[in-house]
Amino acid sequence: MGAWFEGFKANAGAWFEDFKATFQLNFIDDDRYMYLVNGLKNTLIITVFAALLGIALGIIVASVRTTFDKNEESMRMRNKGLYIVMKIANTVCKVYLTVIRGTPVVVQLMIMYFIIMASSTNSVLIAVLAFGINSGAYVAEIFRGGIMSIDNGQFEAGRSLGFSYFRTMYHIVVPQVIKNVLPALLNECIALLKETSVAGYVSIQDLTKGGDIIRGRTYSAFMPLIMVALIYLIVVVVLTWLVGKVERRLKVSER
Amino acid sequence: MNDNVLIKVEGLKKHYKGGAIKALDGIDMEIRQGEVVVIIGPSGSGKSTFLRSLNLLEYPTEGHIYIDGADITNPKVNLNRHRQKMGMVFQHFNLFPHMTILGNMTLAPIKLLKMPKKEAEQMAMELLERVGLGDRAAAYPGQLSGGQKQRIAIVRALCMKPEVLLFDEPTSALDPEMVGEVLDVMKELAKDGMTMVVVTHEMGFAREVGSRVVFMADGMVVEENDPQTLFTNPQSPRLQDFLAKVL
Repeated sequence: MGAWFEGFKANAGAWFEDFKATFQLNFIDDDRYMYLVNGLKNTLIITVFAALLGIALGIIVASVRTTFDKNEESMRMRNKGLYIVMKIANTVCKVYLTVIRGTPVVVQLMIMYFIIMASSTNSVLIAVLAFGINSGAYVAEIFRGGIMSIDNGQFEAGRSLGFSYFRTMYHIVVPQVIKNVLPALLNECIALLKETSVAGYVSIQDLTKGGDIIRGRTYSAFMPLIMVALIYLIVVVVLTWLVGKVERRLKVSER
Repeated sequence: MNDNVLIKVEGLKKHYKGGAIKALDGIDMEIRQGEVVVIIGPSGSGKSTFLRSLNLLEYPTEGHIYIDGADITNPKVNLNRHRQKMGMVFQHFNLFPHMTILGNMTLAPIKLLKMPKKEAEQMAMELLERVGLGDRAAAYPGQLSGGQKQRIAIVRALCMKPEVLLFDEPTSALDPEMVGEVLDVMKELAKDGMTMVVVTHEMGFAREVGSRVVFMADGMVVEENDPQTLFTNPQSPRLQDFLAKVL
């Protein structure tokens, strides 16, 4: 027992010394941890602003699509001009959804960087645009699904009381939709956060790229990559916990 | 009964698939103030479609609907303004699940009639007391039984002080023991002189409360009369056949 424990202690001690040295090499020497700090900063900036852009785009696209689907007949009967405008807008939205969801996000990012915004040097802005436009397509479908899942009777009840379509949406439908789509929306934000890890393709120093740079300098893969994974994981866990709190608060008003 | 025509329907048609399906095939009707018009007929006869056309939840293919003399099928007429005057009660209640009973009832008066919140809540409470649900004001729809939900749906419509109430099979989704409590509220309303158009399968209600009963089949009005005559002395074979099945 005693001998075994002595052996273990010596081994563990050696392992710990080794760990300390690698840690020192990868993160402390030459202030290499700053690659991760700055990378995380860029990752969070890109994620937050891309998510905001995506939600804004998603709301617009989902509104156009559902307004057209729900009011096609009444617009055709009562307002021909509006019907034609909405039909065109609806088609534009459909094309946007098809193109964005039909091509890889890395390709979209490279097109944005090397073609559309080739003259810009603000690579973070480019990433925000590319990831935001990409996320918008998925968010739009989340919102659209949420709106379509509300029983048509809710719309009819609102309209029969005398509310316009938009006021019916605002007072009656949207409050129910938000509660329903929150989990899916969180999912999309988590997916977005992780998708931004391909930003390194266009020489943006995000978290993943930061870890990769350290690996290139120190020739040790384990420590920087595991650390990068750990940081992503912590951000996602914190995000999930936050949304869970909001969801519980919304549920209180149910019954 | 006075001769004040509230709703006038002229040549109402509703066709689907370019005329292959004729849900409504030319309906003319006048509904006067204080009348209780009960519409009966076999399923698929177009009675619900007709009722839903009256506040344009269904858009007619042809024909005109005049409410207080204004043609609501005219795109220039403010439809939302007219819908405020026409309450509607649905088969599936359609209460707003995210609001309390009081919230359900006061939403439209506060937002559309600009009624002060206090006044709206007082009115809602009085109506709730009248239908025996004064103690459920703070409950959510999910906590109520079907019969209670439908009574709430009726008083929610009443909160807009409508000129006419449209009932789309209000008791068809209810358990049998709850039908009575809803019909009682409707009888009460009829007694108070509310103008009502009711699509229903409750022949007892039609006979007892209706001032006029309309029998529809294949998207047309086949026969209409006062309930006594219509039920005891049906003229058309379609109605005779229908009554033989349901009575």
